[in-house]
Parts: sequence; structure tokens; C-alpha cells
Amino acid sequence: MRKVYLDNASTTPLLPEVREAMIPFLDKVFGNPSSLHDWGDAAREAVEAARTQVAQLIGANAEEIIFTGSGTESNNFAIKGLALAKQNKGKHVVVSAIEHFSVLHSARTLGKWGFELSLVPVDKYGVVDPEDVRKSLRKDTVLVSVMHANGEVGTIEPIQEIAKITRENNVVFHTDAVATAGTIPVDVKELGVDGLSLAGNQFYGPKGVSALWLRKAVRIMPLLDGGVQEGGRRAGTENIPAIVGLGKAAELAKRTMAARIEHLTQLRDRLLNELPGRIDHVVVTGHPQNRLPGNASFCVEFIEGESMLMLLNSKGVAVSSGSACTSRALKASHVLIAMGISHELAQGSLLFSFGLDNTPEDVDYVLEVLPAIVDRLRQMSPLYSKFTKTSKGGE
Amino acid sequence: MPVYSEKVMEHFMNPRNVGEIENPDGVGEEGNPICGDMMTFYIKVKDNRLDDVKFKTFGCGAAIAVSSIVSEMARGKTLEEAMKITPRSVADELEGLPKNKFHCSNLGAQALNKAIKDYLSKKKTGGKE
Repeated sequence: MRKVYLDNASTTPLLPEVREAMIPFLDKVFGNPSSLHDWGDAAREAVEAARTQVAQLIGANAEEIIFTGSGTESNNFAIKGLALAKQNKGKHVVVSAIEHFSVLHSARTLGKWGFELSLVPVDKYGVVDPEDVRKSLRKDTVLVSVMHANGEVGTIEPIQEIAKITRENNVVFHTDAVATAGTIPVDVKELGVDGLSLAGNQFYGPKGVSALWLRKAVRIMPLLDGGVQEGGRRAGTENIPAIVGLGKAAELAKRTMAARIEHLTQLRDRLLNELPGRIDHVVVTGHPQNRLPGNASFCVEFIEGESMLMLLNSKGVAVSSGSACTSRALKASHVLIAMGISHELAQGSLLFSFGLDNTPEDVDYVLEVLPAIVDRLRQMSPLYSKFTKTSKGGE
Repeated sequence: MPVYSEKVMEHFMNPRNVGEIENPDGVGEEGNPICGDMMTFYIKVKDNRLDDVKFKTFGCGAAIAVSSIVSEMARGKTLEEAMKITPRSVADELEGLPKNKFHCSNLGAQALNKAIKDYLSKKKTGGKE
């Protein structure tokens, strides 16, 4: 059976070049970068080379990169650490309603620690209005965090405009760039942000390694105390093979980004344009133009996402859904709900996220198998039979 | 993929008794699309037994498998026997359900129950629609 992986928003595969770069650090080079001998030196040099590679991906200085264990850790560190470092100035933080849970839940934890939280809404495409950010600012606001792009619906946010507002008001601005760094051009100076999270497993690097960039002189409270690794901001012996892999993935992403974007955009646009022609009552979610190159997200009416996902899997196709039934908490995606999509429609959410290995034939295959799956589930759906009866009766 | 038993997968991939019954003796609807799942059961009764049971379901893999197994468990049973189908017996028949999907077996048992009660109340009032 044909196997088609279209869940690159969850994680990307490891590139062979990245794997090759990591191998020596799984056995031959095993020293601790903090050690003062040749073994330590070899490991330290590898970490610092990777730091430079990651910095270059986002137009930053190497010493501003802090390696972490995941995008989630980077976001936890940024939200909690930046707010705590500024708590003498005030205890109010602002985040958008469609942030990843690692940002939203960190902000809620700050709430338990005596901070106040403001959620900025989004429009029907999932776009934050910078003026809403301005309105939410107060004298005691110490941190704003708005994601660069949303991985679920692909919408890219107006980070530069928001940064102008936070700069005018002297508030620290962090952006979660997990969905964008390594995928589309990200330049911290152009964006104008103070902090930025990125994750290696979103651009063909290994899992278990990520980074937080912090503009020089921005203060942060460490979450992990211990030794002086990462400039004393994130203690713990470094995960050298993973860090080396992240560096290599960053280097490759920077070098081949234009070609990657072109490839992904073609696949995405074909699915976005052709799927609604093959299946009735399908809506595209997210911004029609201003979206991630590999993201094609939809809501299919009258049926539920998990059952579509399972039937697609039985045909060898891997996708995601934001339906309540696919989440452990049995809640529909907060992103779709924040965009004003009804709970009923959000149940039919399907996310296709393309990667480098995908081909136009993969799109053909989806267009071939999905209509029958949708039809099969609709034949079972009481909502669909109600719809067909009332629409026939109404005509 | 959620961790479903082979039996759940088998019923999800090949659900039994999908559809509606024309002029059913009883109809029961449970759940709503907001909470994620919705099931409608249709029954035909003959000599106090469930002669035919059909369903339509909006929902996840577990919801569809639950509807299918409930329809199979109920067919041919007397009304009293069918009323004794519980969420637990449904889940057991499916060789288990993930913890967070157990509510689906509730829906299945309740929807069938409602269909039977619908039949009984119509019978009591002697009501032909």
C-alpha cells in the first residue's frame, strides 16, 4: 500500500545529512563540554559550532542562543522566565488566544503565581490585530507573546507591527516561531522581537532539542538551576548529538529554504484548490494567502475528524485533526474555536502538513481516497441525513 | 491512532446495521455534535423482541464501533433483555475502550434505551403517528 506522511506539523523526519552529523557524538565524541581537557574541548567546540549555525538561521548572534530540550521548554522558559525576571515592574502578561498550549498553560501558571493574563482575540482567519495588542497593554504589562505562525491553521501573524507597539511601550515581546523557524525566513532583527522559540523537529532535525533566542541584555529567570551551562540560564549537561543535529538542520534549512518553500507551496496550493471541488461542504481554515507553505487545513461538515483520520490511516495516509475526539481532553481545538468556528464544524477538522519528501502524486492519492471516506462517514451521519432531508424539503 | 482493541477496529472498519428504518417502532437520539458524538437508533419490534435495529452515528472511531456492537447485541433480544445492555457490557463486548472514550459506550446504551422507551410510550398511548 502507498504510504503518505502528511503530518509534518507534528514532526518532520530526520534528514540523512543531519543523522550523519550526529553519529560521531553518539559514541566517539562523548566528553562533557564543561570539562577542561581534550575530550571536553571536542564536545564544546561541537556545541558552539551548532550555536553559530542556529544563530545564522535567524540572523542572531551565537551567544544569544540558549539550547533547550523542546519547543515546549523554550516556550515555558520564555513565558515564565521573562515574566518572573520583570515582576518588580508589574505582573500582567498578554498572549494571543491561539497560542500553543506550552505558551497558554505557562501563562495560566503565571496566573496561579499572582500574575494577571490578557488573551488577545483573532479574526476568522486566525489573525491577531496589532491594535488589540495595543489596547491590552497596561502600565504593569511585562510581557507580550504572540506566535509567528499557527501550525494548526497555517496563519502567519503580523509580528513586525506588534513589535513596533511593544517597543513603543517598552514591553518585552516573545514570539513562538516553532512553526516558522527553518521553514520560512525568520530574522530576529527584522521581526523586532526580544525573544523567539524554535524547535529542531519542525525542520528535519532531531527531537528533544530546541532553542530559545533572547536579545542581548534581555533578562530571564532560569527554570533549571545548577551549573553554568548556556550562560547560567539553562543548567544541565548538554545533549550534544541532538544539538549538533539541530545545528546541521539549521544550516541545511537556511541553504535550501527558497527551494523548499517553492516545493511545499505547490503541493499545498493544489490540495487547497482541488479538495473543495472534490468534496461538497468543505471549508478551508486559516488565512487564504498569508499562510505556512506546507499547511492545508480544512473542516469537513457533518462528520468527525478522528474517524476520517482512522480511515485515512487505513489507506496509508497520515494527517492530524483538531476535533474534540482526537484530543485527550475531548475538547475541540481552541484555535478553531477562537476563530469563531462552531464546535460542530470544528469536529470535522483535518490538517494536512506537507514535507520535503512529498510529491504531487501524494496529493493525487489524497484526492482519490478522501472523497470515498467522507462519503462513507456521511452515509453514517445523522447530521448529514438531517441536512439532506431539510435541504431537499426546503427547495 | 488511539489505542483501540482489535474488536473496536473491526467494528469501526465494518460497522453492522448502519442506516435508518422506514416507519420505525421507536427512535432514540443521544449526544450532540458539540460534545463530539451523536447517535440515533431506530428499532422495529415484533412479539416483544427487537426484530431490527439500525443506527446513524456522528463521531469518532469508538462511537461508531459502539453503535455497531450495540445494534448487534440488541438484535433478537426481548425488550427487557435489551434494556439491560449497560455501558459496561458494551465496553466489555468490544474488549475494552480507552478511558477517555468510555462515554461513547454510555451514549450507545442510552440511545438504544431511548428508542425502546419511545416504542413503549407510543404503545401505551396506542398512538399511531
